[in-house]
Amino acid sequence: MREEQEPAAAEAEAIWKSFGRTKALQDVSVSVRPGECHALVGRNGAGKSTLVGILTGLLKPDSGSVRLYGEAAPGLGDRAAWQQRVACVYQRSMVVPSLSVGENIFLNLGDGTIVRWRELRRQARRLLLEWGFDLDVDAPAAELSVEQKQVVEIARALAIGARFLILDEPTAALESHAVERLFERVRRVKASGVAILYISHHLEEIYEICDRTTVLRDGKGIVTAPVAELDHERLVGAMVGGELAHAIHEHDPSRAAAPDGRPRLVVRGLSVRSPLGSAEDVSLEVRPGECLGLFGLRGSGTTAIADAVAGLLKPSAGKIELDDSGIGYVPEDRHARGFVPTLGVDENLTLTILERLSRFGLVSATRRREAADALKERLQVVASGGDQPVAELSGGNQQKVVVGRALASQPGLLVVVSPTVGVDVASKEALLGVVDDSRAQGTAVLLVSDDLDELRICTRVLVVHRGSVVKELRDPPWDRHELIAAAEGLEPAAA
Amino acid sequence: MTEAAIERPEVVRRPARRVLLGSVRELALVPAIAVLFVVGLFTSPAFFTTSNFSNTAQFSAALGLVVVAESLILLTGSFDLSLQSIYGLAPMIGAWLIVPKDAQGLGTNWNPTFGILVVVGIGAAVGLFNGFMIVKLKFNAFIFTLAMLILLAGLQQGIVSGRTIYEMPPSFTYLGSAYWGGFPVSAWATAAVFLVAGLFLRYHRAGRAIYAIGGNLDAARAAGIKVDRIRIGVFTVAGALAAVAGLMIAGQVVAVTANQGNNLIFTVFAAAVIGGIALEGGRGRMLGAFTGVVLLGLVNNVLVLRNTSTFWIDAANGAIILIALGLARVVALVRT
Repeated sequence: MREEQEPAAAEAEAIWKSFGRTKALQDVSVSVRPGECHALVGRNGAGKSTLVGILTGLLKPDSGSVRLYGEAAPGLGDRAAWQQRVACVYQRSMVVPSLSVGENIFLNLGDGTIVRWRELRRQARRLLLEWGFDLDVDAPAAELSVEQKQVVEIARALAIGARFLILDEPTAALESHAVERLFERVRRVKASGVAILYISHHLEEIYEICDRTTVLRDGKGIVTAPVAELDHERLVGAMVGGELAHAIHEHDPSRAAAPDGRPRLVVRGLSVRSPLGSAEDVSLEVRPGECLGLFGLRGSGTTAIADAVAGLLKPSAGKIELDDSGIGYVPEDRHARGFVPTLGVDENLTLTILERLSRFGLVSATRRREAADALKERLQVVASGGDQPVAELSGGNQQKVVVGRALASQPGLLVVVSPTVGVDVASKEALLGVVDDSRAQGTAVLLVSDDLDELRICTRVLVVHRGSVVKELRDPPWDRHELIAAAEGLEPAAA
Repeated sequence: MTEAAIERPEVVRRPARRVLLGSVRELALVPAIAVLFVVGLFTSPAFFTTSNFSNTAQFSAALGLVVVAESLILLTGSFDLSLQSIYGLAPMIGAWLIVPKDAQGLGTNWNPTFGILVVVGIGAAVGLFNGFMIVKLKFNAFIFTLAMLILLAGLQQGIVSGRTIYEMPPSFTYLGSAYWGGFPVSAWATAAVFLVAGLFLRYHRAGRAIYAIGGNLDAARAAGIKVDRIRIGVFTVAGALAAVAGLMIAGQVVAVTANQGNNLIFTVFAAAVIGGIALEGGRGRMLGAFTGVVLLGLVNNVLVLRNTSTFWIDAANGAIILIALGLARVVALVRT
């Protein structure tokens, strides 16, 4: 570590920030030293994004101070000043696809109004060479891989001369070799004295390249310590919380009974690629009366598996066998794929079974209403009427419509992705109850989730890390620590 | 950093094939232009004459200027349909203020130079207004500029009660009717504007910012580019260019009709798009847009020389545009 008197590259002190009634940050302090890679970890909603927003000058703290290299942070409107001090590589690509690598690096930099191309190319080439980044400055950015685009963004930050770099989940979309190369780059940048704030859900990465780590939970700074002093147990403990609710409550003995019957779904050696996380060589089976949980972090490839089973993604290898009992699907993003916002509740609920409700292409209004009423009753959908547009419903009721639609055709297999994300507690209970009921009545359920709470209705859980199944748990109730540790990659792959 | 290892992740090198394909987008129309040229040679002995080329250039000059204007807006990822009404209304008002009452003027008999300033000023003002409403107040570009198109075209009809303004002074028609070195001034002017716009887009910081905005608005904003100012600026410049184009055509025909500019915008979009300006923004070059204008000009010329009935020319134009789009699609598929 550097000497004490050297000012921290970035120092946030006693930051408070609220959005309406939500307290996003409460008295959080973090300090990143020059030449240090500082990890920022916490579960979704812990306040990481808010802190990044404050450290990059996109959000104004309600109280508390931010100092960069010993100086008070610039005003919120002074983007140029912020840019020179802090650079952030977001998960969303900030590369302009139609421009070349070199131009992307020097986007809007330099003084003159006339762009000197020869000079720009020369400087870009020199910068890439100096940092050992192997990219052709003339290549169009549209043709770069995710990794290469990230390199362009890091190079851009270095070109501006920012001495504080924030990497927001930089490995989320990278394959393992690319991750190794990223670490090499991070070490090199760090060695030159640049301070790095490293945000990741993959805890093993933190042990590999970070010096210190700060854990956030529910908007509070729980602990800041050198990584060497925080073992896995303590780190996970700090993230999950002190209540140590080891077991997921409400144990229903029927879940422990081994299901029998022919599997409704058989997946063998499935590989499927997706920009949001790919899966590699996954095999699984789901039988009637069973709820198989597929637990993994965002980007671990679990949703890609669900999409492949539902036929929305084409597998690159392996096979998926379904029996002919039909499949119901609850997609992850209900806004994008779950419902038609402008259509009424009844129409959305019966979208998948129109054929059954119609004769010669004409839909019978009575039969539709009957079918929809039955589903609304079952899911306790609260709407002013069957023709109220789904867009006007609350998040919980929208999600009930999506689940109801999936159940409408009485499928033998139900594939459900994060069914309770962003819904209120009461709706969450209702939704999980409905899924659990249909399992109890003999439906085979594949539940993809990154929410431990949802897993309580499962009869068996597979944990996925970086696209591979690393652990299988057969006896509920589940151990939170065990699940999180496996999903974070802190366990050797299952034999 | 001296010992920094050079890394080798899936090396990006630029094979010669790609360099070629990179400019293919801009030059995709060159073979088509060559074919039309040959067809022209066989069609009529009048084709390969200075006067024919001069006429064709004059015919295309005003269109070309509006294509530059629309291309600039398209590159920022937006568009303005009302350019065609600016093209009609701005010279109409300019002429209305300077010609005598018996030539359908207002009777103010203003100085022609002042009239020209009014023309450019109206174009810029309408462009500024459109830009402000779309960029700042976030109106949908399609529906807003469509409404402006209808409104401005209506004003153009209204102020002269559907009649034509004629008897315009020579200084007002100079741009459209004078010749330099055997070629129309309008053609020289449009060529110069294409060149300046091309160089601006390639070498000026604001030109590069236009590409960045159209390519990835968030990235442009994050890089500190004054996104709103540039977008509104582009609308303003485009409005002024469309007005000048209208002045050109008014000079050519030495009159401003009440429906000058009608349906022009379709041809403008066609020329820009077949010339490789991407509708979604951020991609395309002035060279490409230029070839688009040349192609459409040649098509028209050849059809006229073949004595094609004027009633069929529109259909032929449509077919040619479809073929050109098909070719561009093939090029795009080959690239991936």
